[in-house]
Amino acid sequence: MSLQKYFNKQTNAAPLAVFRILFGMLMLGSIIRFAANGWIEKLYLEPTFFFSYYGFEWVKPLGEFTYLLFLICGISALFISIGYKYRMAIIVFFLSFTYIELMDKTSYLNHYYFISILSFLMIFLPAHAYYSVDAYKDEKLRSQNIPAWSIDSIKLLLIIVYFYAGLAKLNSDWLFKAMPLQIWLPSNYSLPLLGDLFQQPWTHYFFSWAGAIYDLTIPFLLLIKRTRVFAFVLVVVFHVLTRVLFPIGMFPYIMIASALIFFDSSLHHKILHYISRFTKINQQWFDNARNYLFPNQIFKSISVGVITLFFAVQILFPFRYTMYPGELFWTEEGYRFSWRVMLMEKAGYANFKITDSETGRSFYIDNMDFLTRFQEKQMATQPDFILEYAHFLEDYHRQQGIKNPQVYVESYVALNGRRSQPYINPEIDLTTISQSLKHSNWILPFQDEIKGI
Amino acid sequence: MKKIVTLILLSTVVFYACKNDGPSGPDVSDFDRQAILENWADEIIIPAFTSFEKQTSRLDSAGVAFTTEPTMENLKELRSEWEDAYISFQHVSMFEMGRAMELRYRDNLNIYPTDTAEIQQNIEEDSYNLELPSLNNSQGFPALDYLLFGLAESDSDILAHYTSNTNAENYRNYLGDLTSRIDELTSQVLNDWTENYRDEFVQNSANSSNSSVDMMVNDYIYYYEKNLRAGKVGIPAGVFSGTPLSTHVEAYYHGNLSKTLLKEAIDASQNFFQGNHFNSTGKGESLESYLDFLNTMKQGADLSELINNQFLLAKSEAENLDENFSMQVELDNSKMLETYDKLQKNVVLLKVDMLQALNINVDYVDADGD
Repeated sequence: MSLQKYFNKQTNAAPLAVFRILFGMLMLGSIIRFAANGWIEKLYLEPTFFFSYYGFEWVKPLGEFTYLLFLICGISALFISIGYKYRMAIIVFFLSFTYIELMDKTSYLNHYYFISILSFLMIFLPAHAYYSVDAYKDEKLRSQNIPAWSIDSIKLLLIIVYFYAGLAKLNSDWLFKAMPLQIWLPSNYSLPLLGDLFQQPWTHYFFSWAGAIYDLTIPFLLLIKRTRVFAFVLVVVFHVLTRVLFPIGMFPYIMIASALIFFDSSLHHKILHYISRFTKINQQWFDNARNYLFPNQIFKSISVGVITLFFAVQILFPFRYTMYPGELFWTEEGYRFSWRVMLMEKAGYANFKITDSETGRSFYIDNMDFLTRFQEKQMATQPDFILEYAHFLEDYHRQQGIKNPQVYVESYVALNGRRSQPYINPEIDLTTISQSLKHSNWILPFQDEIKGI
Repeated sequence: MKKIVTLILLSTVVFYACKNDGPSGPDVSDFDRQAILENWADEIIIPAFTSFEKQTSRLDSAGVAFTTEPTMENLKELRSEWEDAYISFQHVSMFEMGRAMELRYRDNLNIYPTDTAEIQQNIEEDSYNLELPSLNNSQGFPALDYLLFGLAESDSDILAHYTSNTNAENYRNYLGDLTSRIDELTSQVLNDWTENYRDEFVQNSANSSNSSVDMMVNDYIYYYEKNLRAGKVGIPAGVFSGTPLSTHVEAYYHGNLSKTLLKEAIDASQNFFQGNHFNSTGKGESLESYLDFLNTMKQGADLSELINNQFLLAKSEAENLDENFSMQVELDNSKMLETYDKLQKNVVLLKVDMLQALNINVDYVDADGD
């Protein structure tokens, strides 16, 4: 099949409609849960200092207006779900959600990143062409069929997420030391049945290997029709298990719901039929046998172009770590945005020393004066956090009247159950180092080796 | 379908094969966290509070005796009870949970340096509400330290504040209010432990971030880092300010107690780590035994052994210090910094290595993970 032909291929719109409905609902639920847990206040209002992503230093919490931001995000999620003013809603959702995630690097999670890029992708998909308020109102929009690539693009993103997460597990710590599961699993001693199993080394190895194999194979098992139902059962079991074992929030439900996209439209029609029974929506209304047409040719070309570029980036970006020397788990240069999910256990401690270069007087910082415990914990194991905080300390003490403060850090990090080792070169004045994407040679070398991808 | 079964079988074979080459994990038998909690509650925390509560009640009685009859003899008696109670307090200060957390118990009992200006103002105006957080630094042991030792140079001049001073009655009232408040707060905390909190504490043995083990360990490390390491040694030694702060020592006005309090606190911290029963030779399940169970062998040395050694090093370094830390930081601060350094090393072992081995998060924010 030629590329031209592929891009013109049409398929039933129901899977994407179901995906849109579930996505919106789950996002609304996530926002409500986040607010109900008091996390808006705890994570974005209480701290006095926030860690920024490189290039996004201007994104900061908005004080009391942060609540409004979450409200907007929640409402747009609802609009996405019902398919009302979909394009606007998904754009607003993408922007507000991404803004929230950029406000403080401390709370970075791979699955927040997943939501961000997925919502970006969805801006260009006709997810509102079927079974939506928009399609109900607008006859020109209403379409029973949509381009096949729009559904395939979501499948491709899921394939990347799973497969890359699996690749990342192919390292000696994960496979041959059962780390970090050997640390994580035993503390789940209070679970019935499993609790006792988790005290046994073979269980740790079993879960490590099973996890790696699962991640590497599940996208293909979902793609193949014969194995699809079995694969979906695995998806449910796997994610429910991670939900039970780890504080992983809404992510398992999002992945389970997303995996439905692999099924063909008959399943989705059943789901829509089920929803219709409750909502009294006449599903037939949308079955007009029409193919979705983009509003105009330019919009179509842009969509296809952006999506192609998007995937090129998604496929290559996780490999940027290969451009940095040193152990990835240690330096974390190129670690984020690469589907390295629940991959390592890192704990650290960073003790900052301020020296007044004029008088030679020096003293240490109590991190609790500036950071929450959560921020301190994240800061202590990640060099870019340490550097940003050091620059903050420099500015702070300059304001306090020290003309030329130097900032040094004595830090220790323990990785995957190894004994803690010195982390950042304590001789280096961190104020002389500027933030960049270049390799940080002020990180001390890792005193061990982890083989693998 | 067949392929998947093969795949799973294969993976099973592989991990069995690897099992023999892998590092040894924890023992097969389950470790009982509830046993740790029981040991902590029944053999350490409740006995320590019971003992401390006896002391605070004696302190209060001595306070009543002195305020009704302000004689030199009663002053000396009160001072001695204050000293005993302050030492005893070192064994409960770290247990800031349950009722103690609600009351912010430690802040009420031991914020120093105490605010002498505010104390004088309270006495002059004879109206104050000690429950206000803003008055935390004008009550508790440090305020009593000032009132019993710091009002004047000579003992007779100090006594005069309670007898012939124009505000003598206000002085007596304030002093009495302080001793009774310490006792009253302590009774509240102890009663809560014995009547409600003990069972709640022991039964909350699951593995969430607000389970008892996680909360206790977080509190313990917080106390060690902030109150013991920084408060007793680091801040007076000028670690956080660049210049020694001789007025910031614990029991500043007494003058000869800061070392005793430090050593007592190090002992109490190590006893808790080892699970030693309070004031007896018995020993039970503890962080030490849990670490040993998890068998976290690191670079040839056992983590619990490293931590214990570091406690001992800190204690022997503290032996070199003057009884009076004020004098120490003024005359030879380097010894104080040496002690700080030894205490600091254990922060890394406790906060990084131990927390990782026990898989305890260092934060209360129950945020999502990846």
